[in-house]
Amino acid sequence: MEYLKNVDLESIGIDRKTLEKEISSLSSIKDVNELKVKYIGKKGIITELYGKMSSLSVDMKKQMGINLNKFKTEFTEIIEEMIKKFKDEELKQKLENDKIDVTLLATKLNIGGVHPITKVIDEIEDIFISMGYDVVEGPEIETDLYNFEKLNLPKNHPARDSQDSFYITDEYLLRTQTSPVQARCMDANEKKGPIRIICPGKTYRRDNDDATHSHQFTQIEGLVIDEGISLAHLKGTLEIALKKLFGADREIRFRPSFFPFTEPSIEVDVSCFKCNKEGCAICKNTGWIEILGSGIVHPNVLKNCGYDPSKYTGFAFGIGPERVAMLKYGINDIRDFYTNDLRFLKDFNRLEGGEQ
Amino acid sequence: MKVLRSFLNDFVDISDISYKDLADKMVFVGNEYESISKISDSTNLVVGKVVDCKKHPSSAKLNICKVDINDGKIYQILCGAPNVKAGQKVIVAKVGATLPRDIVIKKATLAGMESEGMICSLYELGFEPKFLKEEDIEGIHVLSDDAPVGEDAIKFLGYDDEVIDFELTANRGDLQSILGMAYEVGAIYGRKVKYPDTSYKETNDDINDTYKLDVKTDNCMMYLGKKVIDVKIKESPKFIQTRLIASGIRPINNVVDISNYVMLEYGQPLHFFDADLLGNKVEVRMAKDKEEVTTLDKQKRILKSSDIVIANDKVVALAGVMGGLDTEINDKTKNIFIESAIFSPSLIRLTSKDILRSEASMRYEKGIDPNRTLLALNRACHLLEKYADAKVLKGVLSYDNTNKEDKLIKVSLDNINTVLGMKLTFEEVDDIFNRLDFKCKFKDGVFEVLVPTRRLDVNIKEDLIEEVGRIYGYDNIKGVLPTVSIRQGSCSYRQSFIKSIRRVLNGLGLNQVITYSLLSEEKSKLFTNEFTPVTLLDPISEDRKVMRNSLLASLLDVFEYNYVRNMKSINIFEVGSVYRYLDGYKEEDMVSGLIYGDYIVNNWQGSTIKADFYVLKGIVEELLNYLGLNNRYSFKTDKLLVDLHPNKSVCVYVDNDLVGYMGCVHPNVLDKEVYVFELSVEKLLSKKVRNIKHKEVSKFPSVNKDIAFVIPKDMNVGEVIKYIKKVGGRYLINLDVFDIYEGDKIEAGKKSVAFALTFQNQNKTMSEDEINHLFNGIIEEVEKNLDAKLRTF
Repeated sequence: MEYLKNVDLESIGIDRKTLEKEISSLSSIKDVNELKVKYIGKKGIITELYGKMSSLSVDMKKQMGINLNKFKTEFTEIIEEMIKKFKDEELKQKLENDKIDVTLLATKLNIGGVHPITKVIDEIEDIFISMGYDVVEGPEIETDLYNFEKLNLPKNHPARDSQDSFYITDEYLLRTQTSPVQARCMDANEKKGPIRIICPGKTYRRDNDDATHSHQFTQIEGLVIDEGISLAHLKGTLEIALKKLFGADREIRFRPSFFPFTEPSIEVDVSCFKCNKEGCAICKNTGWIEILGSGIVHPNVLKNCGYDPSKYTGFAFGIGPERVAMLKYGINDIRDFYTNDLRFLKDFNRLEGGEQ
Repeated sequence: MKVLRSFLNDFVDISDISYKDLADKMVFVGNEYESISKISDSTNLVVGKVVDCKKHPSSAKLNICKVDINDGKIYQILCGAPNVKAGQKVIVAKVGATLPRDIVIKKATLAGMESEGMICSLYELGFEPKFLKEEDIEGIHVLSDDAPVGEDAIKFLGYDDEVIDFELTANRGDLQSILGMAYEVGAIYGRKVKYPDTSYKETNDDINDTYKLDVKTDNCMMYLGKKVIDVKIKESPKFIQTRLIASGIRPINNVVDISNYVMLEYGQPLHFFDADLLGNKVEVRMAKDKEEVTTLDKQKRILKSSDIVIANDKVVALAGVMGGLDTEINDKTKNIFIESAIFSPSLIRLTSKDILRSEASMRYEKGIDPNRTLLALNRACHLLEKYADAKVLKGVLSYDNTNKEDKLIKVSLDNINTVLGMKLTFEEVDDIFNRLDFKCKFKDGVFEVLVPTRRLDVNIKEDLIEEVGRIYGYDNIKGVLPTVSIRQGSCSYRQSFIKSIRRVLNGLGLNQVITYSLLSEEKSKLFTNEFTPVTLLDPISEDRKVMRNSLLASLLDVFEYNYVRNMKSINIFEVGSVYRYLDGYKEEDMVSGLIYGDYIVNNWQGSTIKADFYVLKGIVEELLNYLGLNNRYSFKTDKLLVDLHPNKSVCVYVDNDLVGYMGCVHPNVLDKEVYVFELSVEKLLSKKVRNIKHKEVSKFPSVNKDIAFVIPKDMNVGEVIKYIKKVGGRYLINLDVFDIYEGDKIEAGKKSVAFALTFQNQNKTMSEDEINHLFNGIIEEVEKNLDAKLRTF
């Protein structure tokens, strides 16, 4: 260790060996500060030498000044270096003392999630809102008039069989479908002009609960009324929605069917997202999955709600959020939605990858 | 509707078409199928001859049979059937044969003796016992003597014939007949339909000479009757029996089977009366209220005035649903009166709902083609002559009020293309109508189509458009987006409000649940101060009978479910309707929550926070604050909700309106510390909330001051806070309670409550004097109004 190598210590009366020993024996910030005071403190050796300089000759004063300044500068550097060294050591020690077991368990803060049915409804709502649809709701305790008759299902129509209902009185029942909201919306539209709505909500049928039936379930009804609406428009619209729900590579397929409130009536299949039409257990080896019912609004429904069928046509569709969720997430039992096992619910409480 | 390939082939030639292809093509014209299979799905069954049959020496039931199957070997087969005899031709399942119900035949040792195969009964070939005769249920099936030994037994019996089980849509009543199916298949493949033989010889006697028909109701649109005499009741020919069984109908005897067989062919139900028991008077009328008849199933039926009946002097049949026992065809029947009629579909539906959904009523309620009623009658006469040696009387007893003309419907080519979104040509559409066997003319761009009466479902031009679309194939439609005006889509304020509630509660750690709206009567009475139930007329079970008045009973069910599954923290909420009857049905959305157990968990540091009233209060306050109701809500104990703990619950008020409740569930209802809240979304929604207007954060320093008061033990701290806030006003920006102390340093019966107060002025630094003034004001106000003293240390 050679401190103050370039300083003429003799000329200022400091013994190099003593100073070197003093520096090398420093062991704490306190020691450092004491040494600093000893030499360059208010009454330090060097400070005093500065004071005595006035008695020296001009030449000597100059030389002394140079030597003292040089000493002070280098000595100060040493002091600062030593302080930094000890501070670093002290901090290191403190950090060492702070050490915790990071493998111990986290404090468990819970974030809640939405129910998977709501998740699907929200997703479908967003898709249709982006295409200019309004979200409209209606009562669950409905009249026979709106639930059936306005929808071209007169009393004693055989098609009522497939929708065995919970009646409250002869006239009131729990709605078996969200379609009455269509009729209410058309009825309420005083201008009898274009309509673009989707109607999510709870529906009820007199079924015994099992893995695929539930006496309570949800539906989302869609309705577009305008001039010149066609099945091609229905297909184009559903293609967008189903691709968004099940992936961009999906295709959709139309099959004829029968619903009293649409004519023509269409059953819509989506190509299997699991096997991409190769055939698997989900699509029962057909490559296609039945996903929703739809069609062109029956002229009787338009008439019943005050619309002129020679001017307007429309398409309507009904999709089951439970079915969508069961397919999308691989849920096998519809009752799971209503049991609300927290372990089940928490499974849906995260962001999905989706398509980048 | 089950359709047997050979049966269908009699009506339209499908001999060159695979049945699977036909089934799949039917799907794409709108007729889904449940299954496609052979009458008997089995393999390795051959005709065998029992050359020897002896009793097993040690088993009373077993016979040791030696069977020849014409392969140069004699097989030993043990058979337990009581009717097996030497000399019989039988169905032999060889080792390795597969039978329905997942049975595989293996070499076996029975009662110490080897058995190489099985002699089969019809049950083992997959037939349901209800279709079988008694001897076929009990024992093996004995083949006719002409059965060729060694040949495929299934083929010999015709059981390799294929059946498709179609699931028909409610509008296609016309497909409930083989003839209707033939037209549909004909349209797909472009083939003509063949009609069966309806010819027969007639005797010189005319039915009209002896019978008197009186139709007294408009609900009978057509009633035709014929009489045949001298019938011989016996077994039906094999093909009729097989076709009936394959269609799901049990063969009985030649006469009864023919009535069912003709119904399958034409879709026209027939009813056969024993003519001698019926007499010669036939009346069709509405039943008198409480009139009685005993039906074929030996049940006495009490009738309603909406039931159509056939009567002589008393009721002899429930029209279109079931015949009466008194005039039933029996073993001694010689002469038959045949009814072929059309009745009101909706009334038949009504009657059959009460009595029985029969094959006949299923067809009647969807409508009958009036052009087939006479055809079916004649067909039945033809078959009775052929298979029951019947002689047919001349003439038809007849009442007819039907229109048998084709329906004229016009639709333009443009209209077809606009609705389908296709570009079909005249030729393409014309071809489709031809395939459907609809006559049509094309004039000035408009098709004038004559729709045959068999298609009761085609009545308006939209129906024709559908016919074109489905036969052409919807798969050819290319999807496009509608060209409609741009508009902004949105959900209502109410819907976004509910979404906000969900977001806040999710953030506070509560999971959304969805439960059933229907509850048991008992549960529906929980947590409701005014019980105005909406009850189902005809519930499916006692558990789902009443519409809920509160969501809390359902949340408790979810709690119990998760609790017994050892869940340590249960934090849930639901937004949903409750249903009431108050001069009309009312649906009101509620938001309800439940917390139980550990809310924030850190047990190893001992900092776990348990769900309690104050966590619950925090959740409710955060929600109300988010909804913009800060400073507008208060909690009172004036109208507490039943089923909540009387001393651990409150009513929630906003602007002095009761909006809901929160608290601990009453120990009478549940013996666990479960905390719940229920707020009315509708009431919260009705509160107008101002838009956010940002007030700049104060640049001036805030000052903290602590203060403690000694108050009686049973005094609510809220009382003190009320006066502190009153004096502190807008300068008091925060108040916290940091200590509550009872003990030796305090007078008995009292407690010390310490508050940390923070003062700040928006516009300037508060002076010492100003703060002291407020501080002293607080002390004065609290001491003046309450039994409280400033605590001095």
